[in-house]
Amino acid sequence: MPPSDIHVRFEDVTKTFPGRGRKDPAQQVLRGIDLEIHRGEIFGIIGQSGAGKSTLVRLINGLEPVTSGRITVGDRVVSGLSERQLRAVRREIGMIFQQFNLFRSRTVAGNVAYPLKVAGVKQPERDRKVARLLDFVGLLQRANDHPEQLSGGQQQRVGIARALATDPSLLLADEATSALDPETTQDVLSLLKQVNRELGITIVIITHEMDVIRQIADRVAVIDSGHVVESGSAYDIFAAPKTPEATRFVSSTLRDRPSAATLERLRVSHPGRLVTVRVQDRPAFQNSLSVAFLQRDVTADLVFGGISELQDRPVGSLTYSLTGGEGSVDELLKQLRADGFDLDEHEGASR
Amino acid sequence: MNDFDWEVFRTAIGQTFFIVSISVVVGGLIGLLLGLVLYATRPGNLLSSRPVFILLNVLVNIVRPIPFVIFLVAIQPLMLTAIGTTIGTNAVTFALSLSAAFAVSRIVEQNLLTVNPGVIEAARAAGAGPVSILLTVLVPEALGPLILGYTFIFVAIVDMSAQAGLFGGGGIGDFAITYGSQRYNWPVVYISVAAMIILVQAGQFLGNYLARKALRR
Repeated sequence: MPPSDIHVRFEDVTKTFPGRGRKDPAQQVLRGIDLEIHRGEIFGIIGQSGAGKSTLVRLINGLEPVTSGRITVGDRVVSGLSERQLRAVRREIGMIFQQFNLFRSRTVAGNVAYPLKVAGVKQPERDRKVARLLDFVGLLQRANDHPEQLSGGQQQRVGIARALATDPSLLLADEATSALDPETTQDVLSLLKQVNRELGITIVIITHEMDVIRQIADRVAVIDSGHVVESGSAYDIFAAPKTPEATRFVSSTLRDRPSAATLERLRVSHPGRLVTVRVQDRPAFQNSLSVAFLQRDVTADLVFGGISELQDRPVGSLTYSLTGGEGSVDELLKQLRADGFDLDEHEGASR
Repeated sequence: MNDFDWEVFRTAIGQTFFIVSISVVVGGLIGLLLGLVLYATRPGNLLSSRPVFILLNVLVNIVRPIPFVIFLVAIQPLMLTAIGTTIGTNAVTFALSLSAAFAVSRIVEQNLLTVNPGVIEAARAAGAGPVSILLTVLVPEALGPLILGYTFIFVAIVDMSAQAGLFGGGGIGDFAITYGSQRYNWPVVYISVAAMIILVQAGQFLGNYLARKALRR
């Protein structure tokens, strides 16, 4: 990827919040972060609360200064800029928030107009722009209402319109759907997708919900205790998570892997060896499995699993209870592994 | 009611209006400024500055608990340099404006502190500078409670203005004492009391009305 296609770059970035004494010691929330966010993509950052992801996104527009390292947005190094210099940078970066953070003292139109006023855009031009933005988010007829008259989803739409007012090329979304119900979350996510596809705006979305990542992210970074533990295309992380943290997030949304309690129950009702096979995007995946079972004369009972779609490709896993003659299951597993299947045997099963 | 001197009463009302309105406006404006500085320089806030905050905070804490009568006496040297006199309506108005400013500063600071920090973050993210955020985001966001706070201060100023007579400042309070109680002329006392009540009620009513409008309730 040529350097110009990298929109945001983190180089060995750390962030420590200074303490205020013995009872409140300094806290290092981010350590050695290296990230490259490409122009035009939706980049998801997932982590549990307290993992440092909200701090990470605030470093991009300088709401929080870095402790060390370098952050580049476009061709511009933004880490180390003064508050005054950052103001110009921030006008090119939109931001939306978990609690929307709308101005209660202003109307819907007034909220969207605010960044334009700050940027010194004059009245007639401002009104035109506000109308266009409200139309884009589907709230033109609510222009003169106040935020508290709107539902949560509508308030976030106003937040999005406000964030887009100064035609930013980058949008930061900090837990933008965490305060919304599932249905409204869908609406806001599809609006964000529209922002990305139609306006070509790069989106960095912070979330603790893997479902959000599954629905809109092109690429993902998994953050745990201040480190990026895994990053890559959303499909790769879903199809083959490498770290325990990523695996936990993936199974939290796909629910394709049996939990310990489920395994316990399965062992009682199924005497065979319990093996989980990761679904792969290969031709005749299911068929090649069946053929292998037949060839080795192994009885495979499908006991658990789930298949979902991500970026038009299948992800998930299937858990079988395998029974067969002396050594046949071992040979089957060996053959499948050799054929590139990703297997996981749950130990402790009765033989 | 033969002894009721309407001429003097009118003058007294005029003096009270003068003292109260100047103190509310001047004290209100200086207090707003002090309150904004207190809020903004608080460590971690928009214009975070520990020395300025501590200095101002201590100053406000020193001035605020001083009873107004004593404050009036205590600042006489300052009064003399600033307006050239220590008695009369102007002197009392000067002292009252100053005293009100310190009270207002706390009310402004406290109400600004209740504004959701997320809103400030949103304004910063939009590229706004600190002074612009203070004036175009924080003050409007806290406007309802601020109006109620100012109403509270207005009533306190009416209260303190009754002590103006002690320093030749005149006003309704002075009228009630010199023409009323000291001459055992009770109608004068009660008419004065009624005038004070009407003034306070009118102020409170206006304040409530404006606050309701600002809060859209």
